[in-house]
Amino acid sequence: MDLFLPESGLVIWMLIAFLIVFAILAKVGWPMIMGAVEKRNAYIADSLQAADEANNALAGIEQRKKEALAESQAEQLRIMKESQELKAQLIEEAKQQARQEAEKIVADARLRIEKEQAEAMAEIKSQVITLSVDIAEKLLQSELQEQNKQSDYIEKLLRSSQQIEA
Amino acid sequence: MNNVFKSISLILLVAMMAFVPLRGFAQAEEAEMQAEETISEEAEAKPEKFDAKSFIFGHTGDSYCYHITEIHEKPICVWLPVIVKSKETGWHCFSSKHVCELKEGETFNHKGSNFYISPINADKYPGKLVEVSSTGELKRPFDISFTKNAFGIILVSIFLLAFFLPAAYKYKKDPMAKPTKYQGLVEWLTYMVLDGIIAPNIPEKKVKKFAPYLLTAFFFIFFANLFGLIPIFPFSANVTGNLSITVVLALMTYFIVNIFGNKHYWKDILWPDVPIFLKAFPLMPIIELISTITKPFALMVRLFANILAGHIVIMVLMALIFIIGGMYGAGMGGVISIVSIFMTIFMTALELLVAYIQAYVFTILSSLFIGMAQHEPEEE
Repeated sequence: MDLFLPESGLVIWMLIAFLIVFAILAKVGWPMIMGAVEKRNAYIADSLQAADEANNALAGIEQRKKEALAESQAEQLRIMKESQELKAQLIEEAKQQARQEAEKIVADARLRIEKEQAEAMAEIKSQVITLSVDIAEKLLQSELQEQNKQSDYIEKLLRSSQQIEA
Repeated sequence: MNNVFKSISLILLVAMMAFVPLRGFAQAEEAEMQAEETISEEAEAKPEKFDAKSFIFGHTGDSYCYHITEIHEKPICVWLPVIVKSKETGWHCFSSKHVCELKEGETFNHKGSNFYISPINADKYPGKLVEVSSTGELKRPFDISFTKNAFGIILVSIFLLAFFLPAAYKYKKDPMAKPTKYQGLVEWLTYMVLDGIIAPNIPEKKVKKFAPYLLTAFFFIFFANLFGLIPIFPFSANVTGNLSITVVLALMTYFIVNIFGNKHYWKDILWPDVPIFLKAFPLMPIIELISTITKPFALMVRLFANILAGHIVIMVLMALIFIIGGMYGAGMGGVISIVSIFMTIFMTALELLVAYIQAYVFTILSSLFIGMAQHEPEEE
């Protein structure tokens, strides 16, 4: 049987045809298919990773948002409390000031009263003096009819008045 | 009377085929054609017995023309060019019509040389074109005729290019585009081979280097096997069941293994890790060197024998109809044809599996041999 002997003609046809097909597919066939599939695989892997990262980032943002919200609420509470305190303090201060003012007014009034009292006393004193001088004058006029007695008395009087004025 | 029986059995056969679920199944149609053909032959030339051997090997072997069928004894053929170089008269190129239609004893004269096709049961050069030299000797000219198998090879080659290149072009044009269904098919086929056959056997860094050959070999063998199972023109050429084709494929693997083999591979062949007396007298190196040849040789024979055997079994089942018919009459032949056709359907289905398995085995062993020649021993 010739079945087990290769035919030279067919070997040549096969060699040429197979090498041409191989050359073409190796040049522009398989590398394109494999390259594109690998590129796409890499792209998909990258996209998945990016999505994962984005998800994580989103979760982080959500967390931070919650934190910020809680923080601002706490701040609000604190500010409200502070303003309450400030209000109370202001009221307290105003009260105190009013009290002080009142005390000062009272003190002033007391001072003025004392001063007026002193003035009145002085006036009363001077009037008492004038009156007593007038009385003494009249008394002396009646008493000092005699000459000697008169001059002695005046001198004695002058001396005593000088003492008072000094 | 006999003719009437034959006609009845033919009608019966055709009617039965109508009930075969796979009515359009090409194999069955061929059987029908075959039946018609042989019956008409037998009707005309009574003494001529059905020759199972030439029937089987005529269909599984190579031929100079593409015989489709015969209608009223007139052959319907696609004539392929015969290209031969005679030692005496140089190159000849003519249509195979001239030599295929010759009657016994006739020769065809072309530019001073007489050619004819040696009968399939001849002792010398059966089924081949021979030249009657000036001294009356039979000579085999250097023959690069575009035969049925050469046609099959070209058909598979064109199919491979037409199937894979448009996808590659689409990928090149826009690698990030959503792949079409056709691209999905190409991708699936390619990665079935790449991930399932090549990648497990070849070091990762070298996959890109050797994948093109292995992919081309796989799809060439796979589609050649499948085309060989389709029994109508322009398919049915028994491409991978021919030693000339498998020898080329095996040689490719052989050269790739040995040209690209690294120094560890050659060291293992020429100076293996065996006791010194085994390699000083170069027993082991000789065995190893022979093994580099036997591996691709096994590849060659395995593919060839499996595919040829499958085709022969199918043809034997077909021939059985006519053998039984010749022995016990057409009625018995008709009965046997039912069994034969079911068996043929079964065999063809099995051959579909074999078509894949043999392509798979050839590629996986090739990648294994290539991978072994690329293997770097781990550093201790």
